[in-house]
Amino acid sequence: MLQKIYDWLDTRLDITPMWRDIADHEVPEHVNPAHHFSAFVYCFGGLTFFVVVIQILSGMFLTMYYVPDIVHAYESVYYLQNEVTHGMIVRGMHHWGASLVIVMMFLHTLRVFFTGSYKKPRELNWVVGVLLFFVVLGLGFTGYLLPWDMKAYFATVVGLEIAESAPIIGGFASTLLAGGEIIGAQTLARFFAIHVFFLPGALLGLLGAHFYMIRKQGISGPL
Amino acid sequence: MQRGKGLKFVGDSRLVDRKKQNIPKDYSEYPGKTEAFWPNFLLREWMVGSVFLIGFLILTVAHPAPLERVADPMDSGYIPLPDWYFLFLYQLLKYEFAAGDYTVIGAVVIPGIAFGALLLAPWIDPGKERRPQKRPIGTSLMLLAVVSIIYLTWESVDEHDWEAAEQQGEIVEDIDVDESAEGYEIYQSQDSCIGCHGGDMLGGAAGPNIFESDYDTEQVIEIIEDGIGEMPGGQFEGSDEELETLAEFIANDGQENGNGGDDGNGNNDE
Ligand code: HEM
Repeated sequence: MLQKIYDWLDTRLDITPMWRDIADHEVPEHVNPAHHFSAFVYCFGGLTFFVVVIQILSGMFLTMYYVPDIVHAYESVYYLQNEVTHGMIVRGMHHWGASLVIVMMFLHTLRVFFTGSYKKPRELNWVVGVLLFFVVLGLGFTGYLLPWDMKAYFATVVGLEIAESAPIIGGFASTLLAGGEIIGAQTLARFFAIHVFFLPGALLGLLGAHFYMIRKQGISGPL
Repeated sequence: MQRGKGLKFVGDSRLVDRKKQNIPKDYSEYPGKTEAFWPNFLLREWMVGSVFLIGFLILTVAHPAPLERVADPMDSGYIPLPDWYFLFLYQLLKYEFAAGDYTVIGAVVIPGIAFGALLLAPWIDPGKERRPQKRPIGTSLMLLAVVSIIYLTWESVDEHDWEAAEQQGEIVEDIDVDESAEGYEIYQSQDSCIGCHGGDMLGGAAGPNIFESDYDTEQVIEIIEDGIGEMPGGQFEGSDEELETLAEFIANDGQENGNGGDDGNGNNDE
């Protein structure tokens, strides 16, 4: 039955090459923890991706309740945390996941650095990786404001002050992020848009490039 | 790719009509104990992934995500703190050489050099050698960066007054007692109640804030009649109707029937 469905689709869409490109490749011995336990360091990239998926899914559920304006943002998070069935778990996943992405990404970066995997021919993938690093930090910074509680608000005040201290572009960058002179309604709206649309879009694009390059070049060989 | 005459297509599409063989590639040419990603390795990955996910879910239930009181931009006494992964930057800005007039150094120059070097690592260190012990400069710089980040984060956590931080962020139930309500008036004639819970109902000499727990009207009546804990029963003076009005007022978080109170939210300050 499944085979029939597969054949039906394959005749029409020629899907075999597509999934073959994605999934049909070898896992060399030196990156397989089943053969060398120390190869678990090669799993950090995959774990980062796993947590990114958790972030995207839990984030999608959060937006079902979250209201991005200064009057309702806090109330909606409070409601989600205390009243909504399993709301505490969904928010908890997104909250702890945010830290976990950073940790995993940091470990992944160290693995790539110390195995010298950023060298020719993988320079471009390293650059894409560092950009991913910035995007994830940006997601952390913008997401922190969204609950609109005390720590959120004042951390953002400090963050924007730091941005403002940059020469030449500082004032512009901080005004662009805050949406004006004061940190208030406009800031929350912008941070929400950046956190939910701009940065995830960039993240997915960069991840696509990252994975494409890995498949094209294969994983770096044993040391 | 095959081109030209003699090709048969599926219907009027651009798909070539030929039978693809659906067998996995042969990996025997690769060195070592190579394994197919699909499905062997992926299956194992998923099993590890589910264990990881269960651990993660247990963490989220054991440690709920924190939420402080609603942002109050006027409260300038609040000591700010970013999320932990920005602490190293935050701490850097506290040192004299990177603060005040020199903020640019801590905010832009040092992080700029560090992250810039990270971005350009492949061109700063273009040699062929991959093993870390064979490229001592790169390795030691990275170790130095990691140690500095850990040290700065540690110092920041150590310097922060966590107790004060918890207090300053605490959610305070901010109850607006409706002093024109009938229930309020009834309460004002209850000397015994006032003796412990205070004239404003928000707690006094021997009793807590009356609105502290979430009881419904029936339960409040019961508590007034039979007492609870240290509180004696039978102190109320007045008719059953007055008792009911007062109990309703209390169950409603200090509002006359119907408005406020029971959304369980405890934050009526808009
Ligand atoms: C959202 C963040 C990221 C995800 C999901 C991710 C995912 C992955 C995955 C699954 C791999 C395959 C090998 C492995 O797992 O170790 C990989 C390889 C690689 N990653 Fe990342 N990565 C991320 C961020 C980064 C960062 C921050 C850097 C560097 C600054 C980086 C640089 C590289 C390089 C150069 C490779 C190729 C390594 C090799 O061939 O040995 N990635 N990445």
